[in-house]
Amino acid sequence: MALKGNLRDFNTSQLLNLINLAHKTGKLTIDGHDSQGVVLYFKDGRLIRASQGSDSKKLTDILVQAGKLSPDQAHAVNSRVPSNTDRAIGRYLLEHRLISRDDIIQGVKDYMLNIVYDLFTWKEGNFVFEQDVLPDGDKLVIPLNLDNVILEGSRRIQESEKLYEELPDLGSIALKITDKPLKDVKLTQDDWRVISHIHPRNTVKQIAQNTNMDEFQIRKIVYGMLQAGLVELVRPDGFVDRRQTPAYERRERRGVGQTPAEKRSVVTKLIERIKRI
Amino acid sequence: MQTVKMVITGPFSAGKTQFISSVSEIDVVTTERKISSDAERVKEETTVAMDFGRITVDDDLVLYLFGTPGQRRFDFMWEILAEGMLGFVVLIDSVRPETFREAKHILEVFRGYAETPYVVAANKQDLPDAWSPEDLRIALKIDKNIKVLPCVARDKESVKNVLLELLYSILERMQNEEA
Repeated sequence: MALKGNLRDFNTSQLLNLINLAHKTGKLTIDGHDSQGVVLYFKDGRLIRASQGSDSKKLTDILVQAGKLSPDQAHAVNSRVPSNTDRAIGRYLLEHRLISRDDIIQGVKDYMLNIVYDLFTWKEGNFVFEQDVLPDGDKLVIPLNLDNVILEGSRRIQESEKLYEELPDLGSIALKITDKPLKDVKLTQDDWRVISHIHPRNTVKQIAQNTNMDEFQIRKIVYGMLQAGLVELVRPDGFVDRRQTPAYERRERRGVGQTPAEKRSVVTKLIERIKRI
Repeated sequence: MQTVKMVITGPFSAGKTQFISSVSEIDVVTTERKISSDAERVKEETTVAMDFGRITVDDDLVLYLFGTPGQRRFDFMWEILAEGMLGFVVLIDSVRPETFREAKHILEVFRGYAETPYVVAANKQDLPDAWSPEDLRIALKIDKNIKVLPCVARDKESVKNVLLELLYSILERMQNEEA
């Protein structure tokens, strides 16, 4: 099934969250306004490769950009490794002790993360997700857990307007921790402070007061955790929605005089009737 | 005679009028007007007050289907239409992600009106760019206990399936409340 849209309507964190939760495998292409589009590959919901501009960047280019190799070193390596595949370049770098395995991995990780974090600031860009498309076999892939990427990317969203739009009234919402395990997720001290105050009775506003955070700070933290699927919004215990009570009472009044069996009978009749249409 | 009501809601151009037309035994009473806003000019006409369809069960029971108006400036009609509803359907245009946020907003507003059961119908599943119901569930953060159903509003069987699933949810809720 196609997955197409524009970041204007479905932003980066929502998109990555969808890929993460649905454990998708495939290629995500996002068009940039200056033609420096981004291509991301995912396997089972984990980010495995990212590139910007050209999808055919060599490993040496990536390591230069990540500050792990100098341009001169990269040039020398490129001229001595004819095939120029990631695998061949990596082997050459290790054999000649130009760089450690950990530095290669960290360099590629940093490169990928910089691209993805930058994506969080994009206001628009057409995207298309192609199911089950993977990078060429010779490309170096490093699986990254999207939970942490989404958390950090969301932290970088500095626009208070956006946060206000997502979480308009802090006094009428509480938080509930989802079933997602917290042990693999990097949480800041502030995240933990918020988590320790999560309770069905505590509104987000009360959590902010208890943790001495201002509304912007708490919005940023709650937004990040929401996008990562760590918490969900619920109505606080005992919260009375002004609109809900009259509507509910009116509904109850309509049911006066009808036993539960009679109500069930009405629904059963409707089911039988609709089946016959 | 007893009358019961279901509400079909969703963003502008999600297919609410078509949905009701597919199963209503009368021509849908609709109040459509030429679109005046450029931003909303996806189709030529839109529902300004409500759509109204009817399914007669027997001499003593009639089901009315009400479709909410498509444009935001007629929001004031929503609560009026929601009063006393047995359940509601949130119709989503699966090929227009730009309407998903609006769909979520409408869903939350209707949940606030009454604690009645509801289902989400992912309309236009016959189009090649349609987001799947599973992806829509995640995109709109719809609770796992709520049904997200594939739908093609032009197809009577598809619409019947959505209404039946809503009725099954209503029946289940009644049984749970009694237990």
